[in-house]
Amino acid sequence: MAQFLQFVFSGITVGATYALAALGFSIIYNASGIINFAQGEFMMIGGMAAVFLAAAGIPLPLAIVLAVCIVALTGLIIEKLMIEPARDAEIVSIIIITIGISMILRGLVEVFLGKANHALPSFSGEKPLAVLGATILPQSLWVLGVSTLLVVVLGFFFGRTRTGKAMLAASYNRLAAQLVGVNTNSVLLLSFILSATIGAIGGILIAPIATTSYDAGLMLGLKGFVAATLGGLGNGLGAVVGGLFLGLFEAMTAGYISSAYKDAAPFILILLILTFRPQGVFGAKQTDRV
Amino acid sequence: MDYMRKLLAAAVIAVPAVSGAAYAQNVKIGSVLSLTGPASFLGDPEVKTLQLYIDRINKAGGLLGKKIEFINYDDASDAAKANAFTKRLIDDDKVDVIIGGSTTGSTMSMVPLVEKAEMPFISLAGAVVIIEPVKKWVFKTPHTDRMAAEKIFIDMKKRGLTKIALISESSGFGQSGRKESIAAAPKYGIEIIMDETYALKDTDMTPQLTKVKNNPAVQAILVFGLGQGPAIVNKNYAQLGMKVPNYHGPGVCAKEFIALSGDAANGVRLPCAALLVADNLPANDPQKKVVTEYIKSYTEANKADVSTFGGCALDGLMIWVEAVKRAGSFDKAKVRDEIEKTKNLAGTAGVVNMSANDHLGLDLSAFRLLEIKKGNWTLTE
Repeated sequence: MAQFLQFVFSGITVGATYALAALGFSIIYNASGIINFAQGEFMMIGGMAAVFLAAAGIPLPLAIVLAVCIVALTGLIIEKLMIEPARDAEIVSIIIITIGISMILRGLVEVFLGKANHALPSFSGEKPLAVLGATILPQSLWVLGVSTLLVVVLGFFFGRTRTGKAMLAASYNRLAAQLVGVNTNSVLLLSFILSATIGAIGGILIAPIATTSYDAGLMLGLKGFVAATLGGLGNGLGAVVGGLFLGLFEAMTAGYISSAYKDAAPFILILLILTFRPQGVFGAKQTDRV
Repeated sequence: MDYMRKLLAAAVIAVPAVSGAAYAQNVKIGSVLSLTGPASFLGDPEVKTLQLYIDRINKAGGLLGKKIEFINYDDASDAAKANAFTKRLIDDDKVDVIIGGSTTGSTMSMVPLVEKAEMPFISLAGAVVIIEPVKKWVFKTPHTDRMAAEKIFIDMKKRGLTKIALISESSGFGQSGRKESIAAAPKYGIEIIMDETYALKDTDMTPQLTKVKNNPAVQAILVFGLGQGPAIVNKNYAQLGMKVPNYHGPGVCAKEFIALSGDAANGVRLPCAALLVADNLPANDPQKKVVTEYIKSYTEANKADVSTFGGCALDGLMIWVEAVKRAGSFDKAKVRDEIEKTKNLAGTAGVVNMSANDHLGLDLSAFRLLEIKKGNWTLTE
């Protein structure tokens, strides 16, 4: 029982980080249909910025706020300079542009901040909490708590506010949204800033557990994308459930089958999903009216 | 702008003149190192070390009265590129020796070319396959993963730990370590009763460690990996309140490992080169002088900590320089024979004693078994 619980704790901690990455994918996808492959890099820059600001002597809470602002600004600049000029190109072209952006961001961090791995200090100490014979780190609770909060806030934003609804409208039909007075360009800009902010928060939260380095975004982006696809792209709840499920699936595979098969787990899942339920577990079935 | 154009024109005219002169009197060291890409943590200190010491030799009047010219290519951690650049070093640049191949993959792609061209070649990569079986023109400077595993097993045996769990990274270095550990274990009476892996960028290894913890037969764990993974294993080990002795491979012999692990690093034992504990070496240690000098020079020139990888590049350069001095010429065949006769050369990786069937020349005494205490390396022997 204690062993099972330990696997669960491992699974939800890792899963929550996947979920945070998946949320960022969902927001931009919602607003524009674009899959932003630089999402993992947003997380990485958040973590790296926080580490370097904290190391420069800035108190941790302030360093975290500053790091989030830096990433939000990065999101803004990227949208303005690289996505907006290509707005009329096909979605696939823009997706390829985001892959390029991810390489540029990774390269810049490598050149200016170096290749070393860094760990951010834990927010509430490193003393593990014992629960029924299993242990969990306080930082994992931070990850889980803040992820839950983000989901609730995002749910409120998209479901209850005018701006949020405008973003959803723009994603369903850009032309129609424009006709009813939605500024679709500002919607896209907002979605990049929002997902950069969420990415940064996620990257900072996991930096004490997972450590961070210039190439940390690769894995986060990949797993986040798998999680988002599992849950159904563009569905906030789906992103979270997809992330948690993926994390748990990996932990259980490593625990009960063999750690050698663990890395194959996400790819087996994605194959199954794409074959039997391409819209994802929570994604609505798309129907086109003729 | 005009000034720039003139400068450019002058350079265009001057370059052939200079390199023309260079052909007449310079001796050339060629190298292919991984300056970018995943193995850049190897290539970066290696190239800085070579540049630093070649400059120093040139300032002191060169080698046998000739200036050394350093021609370096970046293979971007790609073995195919290493092969192409080696061709260029041999055919176009006509170098006198090749140092490098940061990774085993790159090195093995270079081996057939240097053998065919009869070019002295000193590799800076880890695996045993480079020098086993012996290849006439191929030498290497770093310890092998097999030696690291043997060093660890000797210490385990001494402490009566014979049933161990192996936790290795599922990519290159970890898998080489895993293979060599499994091969070396029976010789020292060590039984690997659990064999777990994790992926390069994994962020949580508690499932693997929970299984290990719940197996009462396990007397020690051995972690083989690079980068942040082994540090996360340490953190998870502390989180689970594990008590069995914790051993690591030599891939994490760097201050970063202690910094990333935090308190969880204390008690970890691992085999590392003497370079890491230069201050703790007794004054009569044969390596004391060379490692102290290297640390001082490298940190002064690069404002960065030394690593064992850069040290291996220095060893390679010195082995060749000494061989040239003994041969009294740059003739490739003569120099090769002298490299093979290298004896009692105190390098940063150990004291080198080569022979016709040993193109590495290090024994287990080159590794020091360290224990991390209060966030610092200490010698156990």
